[in-house]
Amino acid sequence: MELSFWAGFLISLLAAGITYGTGILFASVGEIFAERAGVLNVGLEGMMLMGAVTAYLTAYRTGNAWVGLLAAIGVGGLMALLHAFVTITLRADQVVSGLALALLGSGMSAVIGAPLVEVRTAPRLPEFPIPGLADIPVLGTIFFDHNIIVYAGLLAAPLAWWFIYRTRPGMELRAVGEYPAAADVLGINVVRQRYAYVILGGMLAGVGGAALSLAITPLWIEDMTAGQGWIALGLVIFAGWNPLLAAFGSYLFGALGRLPLDAQQLPLFLAAPQLGYFMKMLPYLFVIILMLISARGNMRRRIGAPAALGQAYMREERGV
Amino acid sequence: MCDITKRFPGVLANDQVTFSTRHGEVHALLGENGAGKSTLMNILSGLYKPDTGSLAVMGNPVVFHSPRDAIKAGVGMVHQHFMLVPSQTVAENVFLGLHEAGFTINRSRMADAVSRISDQYGLPVDPHAKIWQLSVGEQQRVEIIKTLYRGAQILVLDEPTAVLTPQECETLFRTLHMMTAEGKTIIFISHKLEEVLAIAHRVSVLRGGRLVATTEARGKTKAELASLMVGRQVLFQLQKPPATVGETRLELQAVEALDDKFLPALRRITLAVRSGEIVGIAGVAGNGQRELAEVVCGLRPITQGQINVAGRDVRAASPLAMIEAGVAYVPEDRNGTGSAPNLSIADNLALKAYRTPAGGCGALLDDKALAQRAKSLIADFAIAAPSHETPARKLSGGNLQKVILAREIAGKPQVLVAASPTRGLDIGATENVRRVLLEQRSQGAAILLISEDLDEIFAVSDRIAVIYEGRIMGVFPCEEADLAEIGLLMAGGANVAAAMEAA
Amino acid sequence: MTTETTVTPLRRTTRVRFERRMEQPRWLRYITPLILIAAALLVGAFLLWLVGANPWFVYTQMATIAFGDMYGWSDTTIKATPLILAGLGVAAAFRMRLWNIGAEGQLLIGAFMATGVALHWLPAESGQWLTLFVMAAAGFAGGALWGFVPGLLKAKLNINEIITTLMLTYVATQWNNYFVYGPWSERGFGLTPQFPKTAWLPRFTDYAAALPAMRGVTAHLGIFLALGLALFFWFLWRRTKWGFEIKVIGDNPQAARYAGISLTRNIILIMMISGGMAGLAGMVEVAGVVHRLQERFSPGYGYTAIIIAWLAKLNPLAIIPVAYLFGGLLVGDDVIQPAGIARMLQGVILFVVVGGELLLQYRVKVERV
Repeated sequence: MELSFWAGFLISLLAAGITYGTGILFASVGEIFAERAGVLNVGLEGMMLMGAVTAYLTAYRTGNAWVGLLAAIGVGGLMALLHAFVTITLRADQVVSGLALALLGSGMSAVIGAPLVEVRTAPRLPEFPIPGLADIPVLGTIFFDHNIIVYAGLLAAPLAWWFIYRTRPGMELRAVGEYPAAADVLGINVVRQRYAYVILGGMLAGVGGAALSLAITPLWIEDMTAGQGWIALGLVIFAGWNPLLAAFGSYLFGALGRLPLDAQQLPLFLAAPQLGYFMKMLPYLFVIILMLISARGNMRRRIGAPAALGQAYMREERGV
Repeated sequence: MCDITKRFPGVLANDQVTFSTRHGEVHALLGENGAGKSTLMNILSGLYKPDTGSLAVMGNPVVFHSPRDAIKAGVGMVHQHFMLVPSQTVAENVFLGLHEAGFTINRSRMADAVSRISDQYGLPVDPHAKIWQLSVGEQQRVEIIKTLYRGAQILVLDEPTAVLTPQECETLFRTLHMMTAEGKTIIFISHKLEEVLAIAHRVSVLRGGRLVATTEARGKTKAELASLMVGRQVLFQLQKPPATVGETRLELQAVEALDDKFLPALRRITLAVRSGEIVGIAGVAGNGQRELAEVVCGLRPITQGQINVAGRDVRAASPLAMIEAGVAYVPEDRNGTGSAPNLSIADNLALKAYRTPAGGCGALLDDKALAQRAKSLIADFAIAAPSHETPARKLSGGNLQKVILAREIAGKPQVLVAASPTRGLDIGATENVRRVLLEQRSQGAAILLISEDLDEIFAVSDRIAVIYEGRIMGVFPCEEADLAEIGLLMAGGANVAAAMEAA
Repeated sequence: MTTETTVTPLRRTTRVRFERRMEQPRWLRYITPLILIAAALLVGAFLLWLVGANPWFVYTQMATIAFGDMYGWSDTTIKATPLILAGLGVAAAFRMRLWNIGAEGQLLIGAFMATGVALHWLPAESGQWLTLFVMAAAGFAGGALWGFVPGLLKAKLNINEIITTLMLTYVATQWNNYFVYGPWSERGFGLTPQFPKTAWLPRFTDYAAALPAMRGVTAHLGIFLALGLALFFWFLWRRTKWGFEIKVIGDNPQAARYAGISLTRNIILIMMISGGMAGLAGMVEVAGVVHRLQERFSPGYGYTAIIIAWLAKLNPLAIIPVAYLFGGLLVGDDVIQPAGIARMLQGVILFVVVGGELLLQYRVKVERV
C-alpha cells in the first residue's frame, strides 16, 4: 500500500473525528459544568436525543436551521430544569432522576420523531471552510474545513476551561461543587448556582444533539446518538472534569466511531466484512479502557470528582 | 441581638435570647452542646433567620437575608469546621464570593492582599498554598484572614482552640488581643472554662436555648461557670481506680501506612497497650490518628512493620479478622463509619454480632433473637429511644454513641480503640462515655484512646503518647506528664521549640 | 427536618418555599401510590396530546389489549416474565446502590449463550428438560460474566459502573449482530434458525389436550420460574445473614467495611447475580417466545427493568405486579402508533414517581418576605 494512501486515510479520519466528536464534546462540556456544581446528570443521552429531534423538527417546519438550534437549546435546558428541580429542590437521588430523564428523552424523541424519519429535506447548519486556512495542506483539512457548529465546539472547550479556572464565577462554581457550605457562608447562593449550571449543561447537551441532526449526520434517526450521551459521561470522568481533556477524548472517540465507515475501503476489510461488528464495539470498549487508565492516574494525581458531587445541599440542621 | 427566638421542628433552639457585646471586648459564649450557641451565631452571621426578635450592629438595626448581608454589616464568622475549599488556594478562598474581585482572577493581586493582612496581624500563611496542604492551625489563620479582609468588626470564633496545641492557642490569643486593641469585638464560643476565664472580658451562658447569665469574667471560678452551664453541680474529677495492668494485648512494631492520598501517614510507630490500661494518643488533628486507628482495626493496610493482638501476628488482617481477634472500635465519625443511619437501632446493634450464633443459626438470620438482644442492650446502656426499630439517624449524638459503645462492648473486646469518643457530646454524655471506658479498663481490656482533647487524655489515660506527623514523639506515664511538654511535642517537639526561641 | 429552598424569587417580595413535612400524615401515605399513578397518567396524557395522539384513546386501547381478556393476560404475562427476572436482578444491584443499568446487554448475552446451547453446543438428542436447564445455566452465566466485568472494575478500581455496564450493552448488541448476520445466521438475515422443539419452554397451549381452556394461551412456563425466584429473593434479603450484609452495605458501605463485611467480594457477587438474572431473562425470552436469536428481539426489557425495580422499591414481591403493569404497557405499544409511546410513558412514570413521592412530603408555601 502506498504511503499517500495511508496519509490520506489518516487525514480524513482525523478530520472526520473532529466532526463526529462534536456532539459528544458539547454534551461532556455541559456535564462538566453541572458536575462541577455538584449535580450529576446521567440523563445526557435523553437530552441529546430530544435536542436532536427538536432541532430537526423545528428546522424542518420553519425552514431555518438556526431556529432549530435555538429550539434544541431550549428543550435541553427545560429537561435539565426538571432534573434540577427534582434533585436540588426535592433532593431526590440524582442517579435515579437522571435515568428517568434518559428514558424519558429516548422514548419521547422516538414518538416525536416517528413522522420525521421519512423527511430528508430539513435545512442544515452551513458548512464553512475558513477562507485561506482551509487550503493549507493537512492542517487545513483537519481543522479548517468544517461545519460551523464544529468550530463552535473547537472554541467551546477552551472557553469553558478559561471560565472554570480563570474567572471569579468559575471559582465560585468550583467551590459550590467542592464544599457548598463554604460557599454558602460567604453569601454565594448555592441553590441558584446549581440550577444555573445544571440548566447550562442541559442546553449544551441540546446543542450536542442538534449538532448531530443538523450538521453531522444530518438526519433524524431513532436513537441516533447510539450511546453518545453515556460516552460523554465517561469522558467527563476520564478528563478529570477538565474541558480540554474532555474535548481531546471526544475527538478521539469521534475518530474511533468513524473508523468502521472509513475502514471499509481498506483491503483487510474487503476480505472480512464481518470485522465491522467488532470495529463498532471499539468506541465503547475504548471508553472503558480510558476509564481504566484514568482510574489509576487520577488517584495518583489526586484529581477527584468534585467532593460534593451527587449530594444534595442543605444547611446544617438540628435533628430531633 | 434582642429577643431572638428560633424554632426548628420539634426543638426550640433559641428562646428569647438577648445578647449584646461591647466595642473591643472578648465576649465568651458558653454552653453545652445543644444549648443553642451555634444557632444563635448562625443567626448573627445571616445563615438562619430568627422567627422573632431583632438584630442591631453598631447600633443600626439590621435584617440579614443572606450571609452576604451579615458580612457587609461587618460580622465575620470562623466556623468550627472550617469553611475552606480544600482544592483551592489560600488566596482563592479569601476572595471567594467577593464581587469586587472582578470577572477574571488576578492571582498576584489577590496574593498581595492576603499577605498584607497576614503581616499586619501576625498570621503567617502562604497565599499560593492549597488548603489541603496546610496544617489545621494554618487553616484557622486563613479563616481569620478571610473575615478580616471582608472588614469584619465583629468576629465570631466557634470553638477555635479545639484543634490547636496549647502553644498555638497562645498565638491565637495574642492575635485576638491585637484585634480587640483595634476596637474589634470577638465572640468566643467555647466550653473550655479555663481559657474562657483566661481570655474573655465577659461571659454569656446559654442553657437549653435560653440565656441564663451574662457576667464579667473577672472573679468568676470554673465551678460557678460550670454550674451555670449545666444547671447543677459538676464534679471535675472522675473516679479513676488504680490500674491493674496485665499482659500486652496490642503491640505495634515499626508500623508504617499511607493515607488516602498515598502519602506516608504513619512512620515507624512502635506502641504497646496492656490489658487493664488506657493509653491516650495526644496530637493535633491530621497527624496520623485516624490512620493509626484504622490500621489497628484492619481497615487500612500497613506497608511496613508488624501488629500483634494478644500475641498473634495480624499484620495482614482484614477488618473481619481483627474483629474476630477481639478488637473493638469506637470510630470518630459516628454517622459515617460507626453506624448505618437509615437502619434500625437493632440492626446497628447487630452490625457485628449478626454473624455469631446470636444472629441465627447457619446462614439464616433470626430477627426475633436480634430484636430481643437489642432490647436488653437498650435497657443496659440506658439508650433513650422510642423503640429498637427507630432508625439510628434519629438519635442524638450521645444516644448514638451509647449504641456504638453497647455494640462494641457486647463483644467483650480484648482491645478497644476509641477515637474522639466524646466529641460533640454534652457533659452528661461525656461523663457516661468516660465511665464506660474506665469500666472496660477494670475488666481487663486494653484501651487505645485517641483524642484531640488534652483534658480528656489527661483525665482517663494511664499513659500518654504524643503523635506528630505520623511519629510517636514520646510516651509518658500520666502522673509524670507535663502539659507544656506534651503541647510542644504535639507541635513537633524540640526543633519547633528552638525555632520559637529564635523568632 | 425542614428545609427552605427558594425556587423562584419573584422580584424580592414573594417566594415559593418547599417545607418538608415533619411527619407524613397517615392518610397521605396510603393514597400516595394512587396520586402518583394518576399524576403520571395525567402528565403522560399531556405529552401524548402534545405529540398529537389522543390520550384517552391510547389509554383505553392499551388497557383493553393488555388486560381485556385471557389472551391479553397471556400476552402481558409473556412480557412480564423477562421483566420480573431482569427486575429482580436490577433490584439486587440497586439494593447495594450499584447502578447496574446495563441489564439490557446482560440480557442479550444471556440470550446469546442460550442460543449457542440450543443450536450448537449441546447434542441435538439431549432431552427437553436437560436442554432447557443447560440453556438457563448458560444464560445466567453469560449475564453474570457481563456483570462481573463492571463489578470487578468497580470493586478494584472504583470505576463508575453506570458507564461500564452501559458501554458493555452496546458491545453486546454488536456481538449478537455479528452472530445473527455472520456465523449463526440464517441466509444472512438478522436471525438464526429456529430452535429444535427440545429447546422450547413449554407453553400453556401445549397442554391444551388436557386443559382445553389453555388453547391459544401462548404464555410459557417461564413465569413460574420468575415467580419462584421472586419468592427466593424475598427470602434471601429478609431472612438470611447475607441479606443483612447487603442491606448494611446499601445504607453505608463504610460502616459495612468497619463491621467486617467485605465490599469487594459482595460488589462482584451482586453484580454477577444481577447480570445473571438479566441473562436468565434473555434465555427465557428466546426459549419461550422467539425460539431463535434475532436482532432487536428485546423491546428494551433491560431498561424497563430499571424502572420496575425502582418503582417496586426494590422489593422482590412488589416487582411482580409492577412488571405486569409495564408488561401491559409493552403489549399496548406493539399495537399502538406511533411506536415509542411505551418508552415515553415509562420515563414519565419514573419521573413523576421519583419527584412526586418527594413532593408529597413537602408543603408548598407562598410567602411574602
